[in-house]
Order: sequence, then structure tokens, then C-alpha cells
Amino acid sequence: MNTARTTYEQAFSALRASGGPSWLPALRREAMDRFSALGFPTTRNEDWHFTSVTPIAERVFKVAPTRSGPATLSPADVAALVIGDPDWHRLVFVNGRFEASLSAFAGLPAEVRVTTLAEALKESPEFVAEHLGKLASGEGQTFTAFNTAFAQDGVVIHVPGGEVVEAPVHIVHIADAQAAGAGIHPRLLVVAEALSRLTIIESFASTGSFGAAYLTNAVAEIEVGNGARVDHYKIQRESTDAFHVGTTQVRQGRDSMYHSFSYAAGAAISRTNVYTQLAGENGETRLNGLYLIDGTQHADHQTFVEHLAPGCASRELYKGILDGSSHGVFNGKVYVDPVAQKTDGKQTNHALLLSEHARVDTKPQLEIFADDVKCTHGATVGRLDEDALFYMKSRGLGAENARALLTYAFAAEVLETIEVDALREGLEALAFARFTQSFGEQH
Amino acid sequence: MLKIDNLHATAGDKEILKGISLTVNAGEVHAIMGPNGSGKSTLAQIIAGHPGYVVTAGSVIYEGKDLLAMPAEERAQAGVFLAFQYPIEIPGVTNAYFFRSAYNEVRKANGKEELDPIEFLDLMEKKLKLVEMDEAMLHRSVNAGFSGGEKKRNEILQMAVLEPKLAILDETDSGLDIDALRVVAGGVNALRRPDNATIVVTHYQRLLNYIVPDFVHVLAHGRIVMSGGKELALELEARGYDWVKEAA
Ligand SMILES: Nc1ncnc2c1ncn2[C@@H]1O[C@H](COP(=O)(O)OP(=O)(O)O)[C@@H](O)[C@H]1O
Ligand SMILES: [Mg+2]
Repeated sequence: MNTARTTYEQAFSALRASGGPSWLPALRREAMDRFSALGFPTTRNEDWHFTSVTPIAERVFKVAPTRSGPATLSPADVAALVIGDPDWHRLVFVNGRFEASLSAFAGLPAEVRVTTLAEALKESPEFVAEHLGKLASGEGQTFTAFNTAFAQDGVVIHVPGGEVVEAPVHIVHIADAQAAGAGIHPRLLVVAEALSRLTIIESFASTGSFGAAYLTNAVAEIEVGNGARVDHYKIQRESTDAFHVGTTQVRQGRDSMYHSFSYAAGAAISRTNVYTQLAGENGETRLNGLYLIDGTQHADHQTFVEHLAPGCASRELYKGILDGSSHGVFNGKVYVDPVAQKTDGKQTNHALLLSEHARVDTKPQLEIFADDVKCTHGATVGRLDEDALFYMKSRGLGAENARALLTYAFAAEVLETIEVDALREGLEALAFARFTQSFGEQH
Repeated sequence: MLKIDNLHATAGDKEILKGISLTVNAGEVHAIMGPNGSGKSTLAQIIAGHPGYVVTAGSVIYEGKDLLAMPAEERAQAGVFLAFQYPIEIPGVTNAYFFRSAYNEVRKANGKEELDPIEFLDLMEKKLKLVEMDEAMLHRSVNAGFSGGEKKRNEILQMAVLEPKLAILDETDSGLDIDALRVVAGGVNALRRPDNATIVVTHYQRLLNYIVPDFVHVLAHGRIVMSGGKELALELEARGYDWVKEAA
């Protein structure tokens, strides 16, 4: 990536002329150097064995332009592009830049801080310095380093001890035509202190396909304090000619709970990383996901759960529905440290192939160094159950409708794990419409 | 209503049905009895349109139409119903949704108006009473985690909703205790009309005390080896299937 490296280096220098606290340039410089030194991963890299990022590596994504003139999107446009709810706190970014006119997050508890990264760097640089880049250091991770070097903006959430944020905080990322050819690097930093409670929804959408691909390369760092609970939903519905890489790095304290749900239906190539460290006793991690792909789409999920303390539980359920000649990848890693006795880990992933040409690669990896643990994994790749199809047809359902209903049912099992009603209902409706097209009304 | 003529069928390399002929007229109840493995379920599944069997000879005419040429869903839309010996579980699809979808597709195919969810629920209330099932069943996934008896009742419930012209009950009695048997038989009897017909497939005579057949046929090794009136069932019960095999 020599010419690309030079171009990125020039873009990096141009970007960092001014502003920000004194420690920031060094953090970014370090990330830039790391990004340059690592280069984009190849399929020889074990973590990227089934996912080629050549289409990303051979392009040079420009820095997304700042909007000049009035906002191009109305609140109604945003509502049409993402699943939302009037009760949710909402921060909207267009092409990576914050749009105050489309955002509304006033009704938060007084002690709870939700701001843009740009704002937080001005208002509480010490807090940001203490946490930014600590969990997601970018060590060995090209895309994370890439994000740290180029992140323009993002969201910082600080929930002090014992505070409960009732309504979800919805972070909306929309790419419009201006994003064509650009790299967008949203950053999310969450610190949920002891006994606090927070629900985050990240939505990624685009206003259409623009011919030229864009790259979303998102990084989230989430600290879940002792006894705290964070629910984190990521809804990826990018344009099908976009690339999406998202990395979430979590560290959990004692008795904490981190629950993640990933919905991935967009992008030409998507890679979703969820990495969690169970660092205190009796923590619980729940990672669920559903991907729906078609055509030549490629969707890759990688999870890494590190059991670093005794008595923790992790549960993973990922499902994929693949049509056309799409390609799905699931790589679930679990590490159990020698001290992590009584670990209870369960990983399940199921893929449903709707066409002859769709393909799935699954790789569970368990590394267990404690002796008193319970860790299981199970994976299936299958087609629609012929007996069930016949049963439905024997009741008068047409072949198409029987297939649609059965496909939807496969997805429904994992959508049921979504605890935010409006989000679950929205995604159920989306999935239902996708499989049934003109078939009756919804459940 | 139904005329089966010299039906031969195979699954894989195995010839299962070896020349079955049977005529069922509107208003009649036929019982098909026979030892395990004689081909009763195969016959029932072929009538319903299971794609796993190959008909190598013979014909099945239903209301003047070539039934074997129709896909399974068209047969159902035309009034053919099979209560499965082993009902299929469909996790993730509720009974309510499944029944309504099926009901509305059958209505649509027959040029009738579809029911909305509220109207359908009203209809279901009556049908549930017939098989003494609780409304909660509607909100459970189709047959998923149902007990053997619940699955059989659920089959009869579907039959009650779809009101078929030709109903085939494949060992709906097996695995039912006497109370459940009475409920199921009561449901079937309540749905009998002069213009519909029922084929009851059973291994035991017991069910025929409740659903009284006009004709009893004995199937062995893929052939009907004996036919008679309802007293044939009693004779079979007394003398066992070995007697039929010898007689054949
Ligand atoms: N799909 C199939 N493939 C192969 N053999 C089958 C299939 N279905 C039924 N059979 C065989 O055909 C015979 C008749 O089966 P079945 O019709 O289920 O009998 P019954 O219902 O009278 O007990 C049995 O020997 C059974 O194993
Ligand atoms: Mg049978």
C-alpha cells in the first residue's frame, strides 16, 4: 500500500493542523504509525482468513468533506432510514459529522454526560485522555489504528455510579452522496460506572447507493463497571456498495453484564468484531447477532470473549440467512484464563442457506486453561426443513409463502433476544418484509 | 369424491404400495387398518402430496380432477386434509399466525374474502372449544414442545379451522388416553357433513367405537387384502392381523 500510505500520510498531516488538547496529537501520531506499519491484513492473517479486504486496501478513501450550507436531511428523512422511537435520546451524524439540528438528547439525568467527542475534548479533556484508546489501543489491529488516526468525531458517554439511563441512547450514522469515496471513522467511548445502567443503539444507514464505495470504520470502547449493565445494539444497514468494519472492545467488572446484539444486512463487505474481557468475578456476557445477506455480500462476525476471572458466564447466539452467492463468516474465540474457574461458556451459531451458491465458514476457537469449566459450542449450516415445508403446504400455504414463513421463523429466534420493544418490532417487521414481500400483513 | 385405482408407489428403491384401489363417496367414513409398515401412512402422504414418493402406476381422481398432478397446497385448497401421524414442529411460527395464513390462503383460492386477525380470533374461539384447547395454544409455536396428545389435538384443530371435504386422519388415536380420544373423536364427528368424507387410518379398533365407519379396509404389504363393514374391525381386534395375512 505504498502509494496509499503516502496519500493517507498526507491526508493525516492536513487534518491535524490545529486544535485539541496537547496529548491528542501524540495519540494520533502513534496510531498513524501503527496503521502504516501494520498495513491492511491479508488472508494469511489467521483472523482474516475467510475475509479478503483487498477491495478496501486497493482504494484510498478520502476524508469526508465537511458540510457547507444547510443540512441536506430532514428529521423525517432520518426517521425513514433508521428504526427509531421518539422516547430515545438521539445523536445524528451525517458522513461522520455531528448534526445538531437532527439530534435530541436533552432529557438525560443531570449527572449523566452524553456529548460528541469534539465537545468532550474541549469540556473534559482529562476524562477523555484517561479512557480514549485504552481498551481499543489498536495494537495489532489495523482498522482500530486507522480509526484512531482519522476519527473526526464520535460520542462520549459517561454514566456515573448508580445512575440509570432509562431510554436508549441512539447514535445514528448516515452516509449520503457526499460520502462517496470517503472513509468515515466514528468513535464511541462509554464509561458506565458501578451499578449504572445504559442502553446504546448504534444505527448505520445510507441514503442510497452512490456508485463509489465508502468505508465506515467504527470503533467503540465500553467500560462496564462493577454491577453495571450495558445493552448495546448495532444495526448495520449500510449501502450494499459500502464497506463496514466495526470493532467493539469491552471490559467488564465484577457482577456486570454486557449484552450485545448485532444486526448486519448491509455493505458489500462487513466485518463486525466484538471483543469482551470478563475482568471481575461473576460477570456475564451475552452476544447475539443476525445477518441477512444476498447477492455477492460478505458478512463476517468475530467474537472474542476473555474469561479472566472466576464464575463468569458467556452466551453467544449468532444466526445468518444467506441468499444469492453471499458469503458468511463466524469466528468465535473464547479464552479461559487459569484463574477463571467455574467459567460457563456457550457459543451457538446457525446459518441458513437459501441458495446453492451461498457459503458459510465457521470457526470456533476455545482456549481453556482452567480445569473446572463448562464450555460448549455448536454450529449448524442447513437449508429449509423439507418436512416443515410440506406440512405447511399441506395446510394450503403456497410454496413461496411457506418458505418465507419458515425463513422468518429462523430469524425470529434471535430477534426475540432484543429487549428494546420498538427496536425488536422494527427489525421483525424488516425481516418479515424481506422474506415475505407481498405476503399478508405482519405478526 | 375420491377414486384410487391400482396405485403403485415407491420410495427410494422400495416398492411400498402395490396396487391399491379404493373409492370414497361423499358422506362416508372409511377406516383403513393394518399392521405397522403395511403402507397406511404412505397412502395418506401420497394423497396429501408428499414429494418423497414416486407413483409408478395407477391414478387418484378427486372430484373429477387428477389429484396427483396437483401440488400439495392446491390439494389443500381444494379441500383435502391430512392429520399427520407425526405432526411437524415449526419453532418461531405461532399457531395463530400459521392457522390464519393457511385459512386465508384457502379462502383466497376459493374466491372468498380473507379474515382479519380479530375476525379470525372469533372463529378460533369456537374451534378451540370443539377440541377443548386453551387459547394460550394459539400463541405457542406450531407443535414446538407440544406433548403427543397436544399435537394430535392441534391437528384436529387445524382440521376444524379448514373444514376440509376429504379428511384423512393418520393414527390420530395413537398415544392418546381415553379422554383425549373422546375429545378428538367428538371433534371429528362434529365436523361430519353429508357432503364431506373421512378416512380414518388406525392400528386399533378402539377409535372406531367413537368414529363409526361405513367401510373397513385392511392393508397388508401394500395391498388392500380385505374390505367389509364395521364388524370387520371387531373381528380383526379379536383375531389379530396374522389372520388377515393368512387370509390374504
Ligand atoms: N420415505 C420412505 N423411504 C423409504 N422407505 C419408506 C419411506 N416411507 C415409508 N417407508 C417404508 O414403507 C413401509 C410402509 O411404511 P408406512 O407407510 O409408514 O407404514 P404404516 O403407516 O402402515 O405403518 C415401511 O417399511 C417403511 O419403512
Ligand atoms: Mg403410519
